[in-house]
Amino acid sequence: MRITVDRDLCDLHGQCVLTAPEIFSFDDDGELQYLPEVDDELGARAEAAASVCPTGAIEIRP
Amino acid sequence: MIPSSSGRIVVVGASLAGLRAAERLRKEGFGGELIVMGSEEHLPYDRPPLSKELLKGERERDDIALRGGQELDADWLLGETATGLDLSARVVRTASGRALSFDGLVIATGSTPRRLPIFDHELPGIFELRTVEHSLALREQLGRTPHLLVVGCGFIGVEVASTARALGAEVTVVSLDPPLAIAGELISGVCAGMLADHGVNLHIGRTISEVLGDNRFEGVVLDDGTRIEADLALVAVGAAPVTGWLEGSGLELGNGVVCDASCAAIGVEGVVAAGDVARWPNPLFDSAPMRIEHWTNAVEQGSAAALTLLQGSGPETVFAPVPSFWSDHFGTRLQSVGLPALAGETKVVDGSLEERRFAAECRRDGKLVGAITYGMPRALLKYRIALSRGEPSAPEASLAS
Repeated sequence: MRITVDRDLCDLHGQCVLTAPEIFSFDDDGELQYLPEVDDELGARAEAAASVCPTGAIEIRP
Repeated sequence: MIPSSSGRIVVVGASLAGLRAAERLRKEGFGGELIVMGSEEHLPYDRPPLSKELLKGERERDDIALRGGQELDADWLLGETATGLDLSARVVRTASGRALSFDGLVIATGSTPRRLPIFDHELPGIFELRTVEHSLALREQLGRTPHLLVVGCGFIGVEVASTARALGAEVTVVSLDPPLAIAGELISGVCAGMLADHGVNLHIGRTISEVLGDNRFEGVVLDDGTRIEADLALVAVGAAPVTGWLEGSGLELGNGVVCDASCAAIGVEGVVAAGDVARWPNPLFDSAPMRIEHWTNAVEQGSAAALTLLQGSGPETVFAPVPSFWSDHFGTRLQSVGLPALAGETKVVDGSLEERRFAAECRRDGKLVGAITYGMPRALLKYRIALSRGEPSAPEASLAS
């Protein structure tokens, strides 16, 4: 599954990092980093992270 | 349990928890009839902006629609209010006289602003904040740079005070409890300082003994005799779960719909609850059943309750989230994980109170029960992980280093 984050929408709440730290993280500069492609097992975590994003910035595609 | 390919599931409540529940039902393969009913006229929209971006005029009504509402494969019944539940006939009764039969029911009716008997909400100039209409009505008034009296100092009170100051209004806050009391004393102190620095007049520990104005709101007199003249009042003293329509149904009610650990209503088949209206025991915390009004909880509990409806209560469907919330005010973001309100001790472990940029650990009897950051979102992660692993019951050294 492919993950994209709309940087214009992202407000750095970090809810995705809290929900799926396997996929999303903050780097040393405080920027959001993430895996652009994950397997189905991690895909469920990615979807959970997308659903708790307060700004709806995360998109998951098959 | 509900058959996956037939039958009808009714979701009562068309806001965040109801929408996420309905989405999860479809995602889990429920192929029967799905009805989502809500008393507001709108498809689900996001409420956090009501006290911030929408109120400020930075976003409009169309900008706050919740993602997924348009795409959901469901029949919407909007502008329709549930008035009763008949568990023996398995029917939801509505204000317009419908009797909706169901095989499965999701209760997600949310909460409604608490009112204070001393305020007559028919009097022009008195506001509350729950819906997009409330926010737009208040916004229109704030455009006239009035003196706004905010009654209550929770998230909504503090955020509206912040927005109103940014719009140039004079703002006075009257509250019995200190600011953001749910986040603990340390945060209350920081937030009180922030409010004062931004020119908000604070009357903490006070109640209102008289409301002034015959034809429209003109001000209040406090219990210490202080007279405050103001143009508008926002009453923001918390919210109560919307359970009136369930009275007499046989469902166990008590500060919400009482649920088991999987969010299923106690003692009935095929009824679950989620969001502000649900009260359930979170096994991560050894406290009494809790009701959580935070945004993130509505998302996660809506989804969890939907799964329970399809699979039944059991170890696989236990809902054990680490609660979290955020609040934006005066240009700073407060974030929390766990239950800081349980803490006996809150200690700053990174940053400083003076800069208003810090992380603090919240402990009860030495055990980690939560963490709070102001302006430091990255610091929360290790606490979130520690709390989800059940560390609340295991005393340990600070995680700060």
